[in-house]
Amino acid sequence: MGASSAPFSVSAQGKNPRILKGGKAMTQATAVHEAPKSFIRRYIFSTDHKVIGLQYLFLAMAAVAIGIVLSLYMRLRLAWPTERWPLLGKLFPNAMAGGTISPEFYLSLVTMHGTIMVFFVLTTAPLGGFGNYFLPIQVGAHDMAFPVLNMLSFWVTLAGFLVLMAAFFVSGGAPISGWTAYAPLSAVGEIAGPGLGMGQNLWILSIALFCIASLLGALNFITTTLNLRTKGMAMTRLPLTVWAWFTTAVLALLAFPVLLAGGILLLLDRVAGTSFFVPGGLIVSDKILPHKGGSPLLWQHLFWFFGHPEVYIAILPGMGITSHVLSTFARKPIFGYRAMVTAIFAIGLLGFLVWGHHMFVSGMSPYSAIAFSLLTLSIGVPSAIKTFNWLATLYKARIHFTVPMLFALGFVSIFVTGGLSGIVLGQTSLDIPMHDTYFVVAHFHLIMGVAAIFGIFAGTYYWFPKIFGRMMNDALGKLHFWLTFIGIYAIFIPMHILGIAGHPRRYAETAGFDFLTPLQPIHVFITIAALITAGAQLLFFFNFFWSIWKGKKAEMNPWRATTLEWTIPSPPPHDNFGPQTPVVHRGPYEYSVPGAAEDYLLQTAPPAPTKS
Amino acid sequence: MGFALALVIGVITLGTVVLFAGRFWWFPEAISEHGPSIDRQFMLTLTIIGIAFILAQATLAFFIVRYRRQGEGRASYWHDSPRLEALWTTITAVVFLSLAVLGQRVWAKLHLNAPPPGALQVEVTAQQFVWNIRYPGPDGKFGRTRTELINDVDNPVGLDFTDPAAQDDIVTVNQMAIPVNRDIHVILRSKDVIHSFWVPPLRMKQDAVPGLAINIHFKAVKTGQFEIACAELCGLTHHRMRGFLLVLSEPEFERWLQQRASP
Repeated sequence: MGASSAPFSVSAQGKNPRILKGGKAMTQATAVHEAPKSFIRRYIFSTDHKVIGLQYLFLAMAAVAIGIVLSLYMRLRLAWPTERWPLLGKLFPNAMAGGTISPEFYLSLVTMHGTIMVFFVLTTAPLGGFGNYFLPIQVGAHDMAFPVLNMLSFWVTLAGFLVLMAAFFVSGGAPISGWTAYAPLSAVGEIAGPGLGMGQNLWILSIALFCIASLLGALNFITTTLNLRTKGMAMTRLPLTVWAWFTTAVLALLAFPVLLAGGILLLLDRVAGTSFFVPGGLIVSDKILPHKGGSPLLWQHLFWFFGHPEVYIAILPGMGITSHVLSTFARKPIFGYRAMVTAIFAIGLLGFLVWGHHMFVSGMSPYSAIAFSLLTLSIGVPSAIKTFNWLATLYKARIHFTVPMLFALGFVSIFVTGGLSGIVLGQTSLDIPMHDTYFVVAHFHLIMGVAAIFGIFAGTYYWFPKIFGRMMNDALGKLHFWLTFIGIYAIFIPMHILGIAGHPRRYAETAGFDFLTPLQPIHVFITIAALITAGAQLLFFFNFFWSIWKGKKAEMNPWRATTLEWTIPSPPPHDNFGPQTPVVHRGPYEYSVPGAAEDYLLQTAPPAPTKS
Repeated sequence: MGFALALVIGVITLGTVVLFAGRFWWFPEAISEHGPSIDRQFMLTLTIIGIAFILAQATLAFFIVRYRRQGEGRASYWHDSPRLEALWTTITAVVFLSLAVLGQRVWAKLHLNAPPPGALQVEVTAQQFVWNIRYPGPDGKFGRTRTELINDVDNPVGLDFTDPAAQDDIVTVNQMAIPVNRDIHVILRSKDVIHSFWVPPLRMKQDAVPGLAINIHFKAVKTGQFEIACAELCGLTHHRMRGFLLVLSEPEFERWLQQRASP
């Protein structure tokens, strides 16, 4: 590519950054507000959305590394429950005394892996990381609407993470009540089991901090999208990534306060003797508890009222990124832009009406279960619309198999696989045998865990050149994709079979039951697949950090993409666009427009002077 | 690259289909009256989502090969088709909602109907990590219980023996016998945290929630001994919370009960 004088093309080369306006290329002038000079204000307590986005990304990378390591400990325990691992035990000298992974430590791992992954990876990376970095740029803003709030939001998230990690080191260790922390197990303190004392308190505190941080973030995302769009950036011209982040922020704004309230009530039950979730007449470890009149189901309603939208908070940005990347490398407009936006909103709305499908066998009214079931299967409709439209985007495309594209294609495949098993779980009668088995574990890992992670990988490989001004290594990236894509299927497809055979989740071993022992070979297979797949992630981490310093220099628009981030230098300057705010003339996915000089049209490209 | 990816997607799809269709590991044979209906609904659903799975992955793989970058020329600028979108939206809505409606049949039978009259009442009281089973005894009435009287050694459910109805109640630990071909009405309780009563061959799972008495009913149609597992995380040895369900013939059941009656 290069500079051209045709009205459709854009001069967009790294060495000579220009911003286009009204058909004239303008050289970039000095920033509107100057970048802070001191190291601390610039990189630590920064109010620059790009620095904050990176901080979120690095936090998520640390969290995902820990989360993966924890999952490997779990997998080792499940495959070889009596084996001693003295070397691995050094990481957890208290919990793994003697080098064996005890059942209580296994349950701590279950709890911490889930909590870290759901909150500090799947919410933090796609929304806090990419959303912060690219939402303002893609709408043509200089920063978020409330930069200080944005900074606070990151630091409160980090505090939440540190508090959670501290749970490993307090007496009793990390909590064993799972990431769902069902009361009364989570509410009555240490007498119910190890880690349910201080560890559980820290868990609640961590989640409460995370809720507050997410609220601050959500306000920022919503305001920025609604108020700071640049000239010409109508809502109907927003990239689907922005629509996804915007919808996600609305979900976060409505869901996190409910969890925050629930968390506060749970903490009061534990430390102030209240009885929101603990009924009367309980005997735990031969002790009669003084609580009276609480409801364990209330916690489940509050938790899942948050928890189900949370699933979409994790996956919607991945859908946005996938749409964005698919369109870019298919060199085709996204199919059915309006249907895609409608589907995102429909998923978001329905996402608030289906929490009861986590509670079919909880003792909740069987009539409401039927309503929740019908609503749950309805959510398959907008999800199917998205899948159809992704496939239709590939129809008559011209696919470039870049690394981000491979991950976006992988996302589509995994989204289909993980989504379809939801049709089983959403039916009341089929949930009876499947509830709380490995079938559920397989389902949610594929749809909300792995699919979301594939969205994050696609986003990382796609935007890395913009963020760091260098390309990630292509060969390493491809190897990473192949191993991960195959590995993920090898791990999670067999888990469905465990669930069909009736294997309950959160079991530290199969030895206790005759109907479980024949399933042990599947556990061994899954563990081996998990070790290989986790090992493959080292390729990603190496590629990432190596490329920051040693990667090939990136041009301004290496993918020949259309949205606003590709009109500014890589990495972008402090205030993104300088004094010259961009003017948007067209939708976000104008690829292969007939008659255009090149196969893409930047959103800032001026309208054709004449129809030819 | 396109060929390789299509091939991998194809192999994964085929492998998945073989794993599910081969049934190398599968659910145990159903022993309850409602079990086969759940299995049929499961197989119907699995067939439909299996077809959707194969179609979606095959289309993806085909497009990846067919529309990989090759030669000159550009992608098509085709990006909207309201008719096509209306069509596939309607098809998925009809298929998914039909499944959802069909999926309610067994549920309605199990959970919207009261236990049939004449059903044998059994109370199951879960605790960390034990199943306490109580039968009302010859009088057919459960006696009064009081939390203060609970004693894991000889009175695990806290029977109040000053109540005449309590005196003939029969309490066992981790052993739940039921007669075959008779409706069973289970009253599920918990003493401490949430547990879940899960007997895979019975196709029955229900949480036991402290503070609630949850009623379920079923009928076993095959005799034998089966395991009761806890399916809701309940603490340290959740994975070892095992009970036994003995489905006996009516006379055998009566004998079993008599052996356990207090002298």
